Amino acid sequence: MSHASESVAIAQSVDAAPSRWEKFKESHYWHSFKKDRVAQISFTVFVLFVLAALFSPLLAPTDPYDLASIDIMDSEIPPSWSEEGEDRFWLGTDAQGRDLWSTILYGTRLSLIIGVCAVLLQAFIGIVLGLTAGYAGGRVDSFIMRCADIQLSFSTMMVAIIFLAVFQAAFGSELYQRLALIMLIMVIGIAEWPQYARTIRASVLAEKKKEYVDAARVMGFGSGRIMFRHILPNTLSPILVISTVQVANAIITEASLSFLGLGMPVSQPSLGSLIASGFEFIFSGSWWITVIPGIALITLVLVMNLLGDWLRDVLNPKLYKG
Amino acid sequence: MKPVTQPLLEIKNLYQHFDLSGDFLDRLHFKNGRPALKEEKVHAINGVSFNVEKGESLCVVGESGCGKSTVARTVMGLLKPTQGEVRFAGERIDDLSVKDMRPYRKRMQMIFQNPYASLNPRMRIRETLEEPVRFHNPEWNEQQISDKVDEVMASVGIDPTWGVRYPHEFSGGQRQRISIARALAVDPEFIVADEPISALDVSIQAQVLNLMTEAQKARNLTYLFITHDLSVVEHFASRVVVMYLGTVCELATSKTLFQTPKHPYTRALLSAIPKLETKKPEFIRLTGEVPTPVNLPSGCVFHGRCPYANARCMEEIPKLTLQNDGSQVACHGIEEGRIPD
Repeated sequence: MSHASESVAIAQSVDAAPSRWEKFKESHYWHSFKKDRVAQISFTVFVLFVLAALFSPLLAPTDPYDLASIDIMDSEIPPSWSEEGEDRFWLGTDAQGRDLWSTILYGTRLSLIIGVCAVLLQAFIGIVLGLTAGYAGGRVDSFIMRCADIQLSFSTMMVAIIFLAVFQAAFGSELYQRLALIMLIMVIGIAEWPQYARTIRASVLAEKKKEYVDAARVMGFGSGRIMFRHILPNTLSPILVISTVQVANAIITEASLSFLGLGMPVSQPSLGSLIASGFEFIFSGSWWITVIPGIALITLVLVMNLLGDWLRDVLNPKLYKG
Repeated sequence: MKPVTQPLLEIKNLYQHFDLSGDFLDRLHFKNGRPALKEEKVHAINGVSFNVEKGESLCVVGESGCGKSTVARTVMGLLKPTQGEVRFAGERIDDLSVKDMRPYRKRMQMIFQNPYASLNPRMRIRETLEEPVRFHNPEWNEQQISDKVDEVMASVGIDPTWGVRYPHEFSGGQRQRISIARALAVDPEFIVADEPISALDVSIQAQVLNLMTEAQKARNLTYLFITHDLSVVEHFASRVVVMYLGTVCELATSKTLFQTPKHPYTRALLSAIPKLETKKPEFIRLTGEVPTPVNLPSGCVFHGRCPYANARCMEEIPKLTLQNDGSQVACHGIEEGRIPD
């Protein structure tokens, strides 16, 4: 009897594959995460940012986009802990009389949306072109990678500034303000695809030589199937690593563009345009309009970079250039 | 003398050259003050011809770098031959597109050398096995596919319930069985095995070889078996092709080859097999190194190391000629009868 139950237990231990969560808890990702204090703190802060961005309409006491709720008489009130501060506005107000806390919440949301969407676009273009270049090789490879080199020889900021300035001049700032979000995503997304294409191509070149790719070719699978179903899943770890860093970069780029007046309009400020709008008042003593969103932006970017570093150490893709 | 039955696979005068000279700028150089394009090639296969008859196990042996694997990869269409043709069941297959090649993919399959690289690490093994079945039998339903996968897994001695696991959870021998199962999953009649056991532990090699022999009997398979392990050849092969530097030296049945090797290279190769005998034949020590396939020697590729070479060997490339016992040897010395038995 006991023998039978034992054999059943053994059979079960062989049959039942561990669930994903159990596997994750056994993996070295979890172990390394448990040991790494920096990664834990960064992850917690990052999750807080994401939650704040997701639930900003619920968390924010006022709606900064609603012009009716803004009173110009409330402008430039310092944070509540200073002497002139008011309890209504925890972090004070900006020059338009908007509650800074609500505006930062909405701004974080916009910055994250732009960062994530721009990186999704980068990743899409970069993965398709990089995979094609690496797998096809020869002339296709040379052509795509030379295009990437050309693209990289212009700095992202320069491309973005020229493009956005020309657009603003050609179509007027009204249309520009309406399309600002999409335009920023497009510009940052298109300007940075070579980062992905290069990383992917390098891993594809390494994977392509492995015998499982030959096995797939011998099976008669088409190149699309081999590229996306067989090679791509094996090149995902470097993609994951550069994605975290690229989101941070995209947020910084967006902030810089907004600071230069080419980003989000004042009526819908991202963190960058909030910093820019406060910059005029920094010498008249209203430091909080610039400094507080600045701290939020720096924290967000720092945390993402630290997470990226940790991921790179764990996944160890040798091909990523720091 | 024409064979009555058609050979399953025919390789005719195959050449495979790999370009080493790179792109235009790398090739450009100056010769006597004038720009010229230099060309550098690896001559991996130089005029190889042989047939594989239905139901046999043809072994290709030779040392590293002699073009064995290149022959296998060219036969499977992973490489396009520079010259020559490959025919399968009478039809030419070396110039087909991926799409036109598909019906033949179902009939010929390949087993790879390295079981650690030949399975996709991100796919569960059931997915790895189901994909080709589903791909080549689009009209089958899920139940039929699943039954087929269970059947091949059982036939190679892998429990079908292990299908939910990933390749890294298996040992080398088990992975090689899974690779064999993948090849068998589409019911091929011809299998090219590129050193399938050289990456395995010796104790596992026999198991995998026996598995392949059983599969051959059960499924009526034909093998083209690439190896450098001569004891495996003796055990496994019905006929043997000996290659040296991209050319065929000798082609004979396994028995004839091991009893009466003719080509000087084959003799040297066979004398290198370690044997537990007191009365061993003298070990033939070849002088020199294998020449580089970038600059092939003129005439017989073996002449630089052959103790019997003469002026003719340095100029004329020997052709495979039929001997009295049915073997084919490419050697001027044998043809002229100047090599002692």
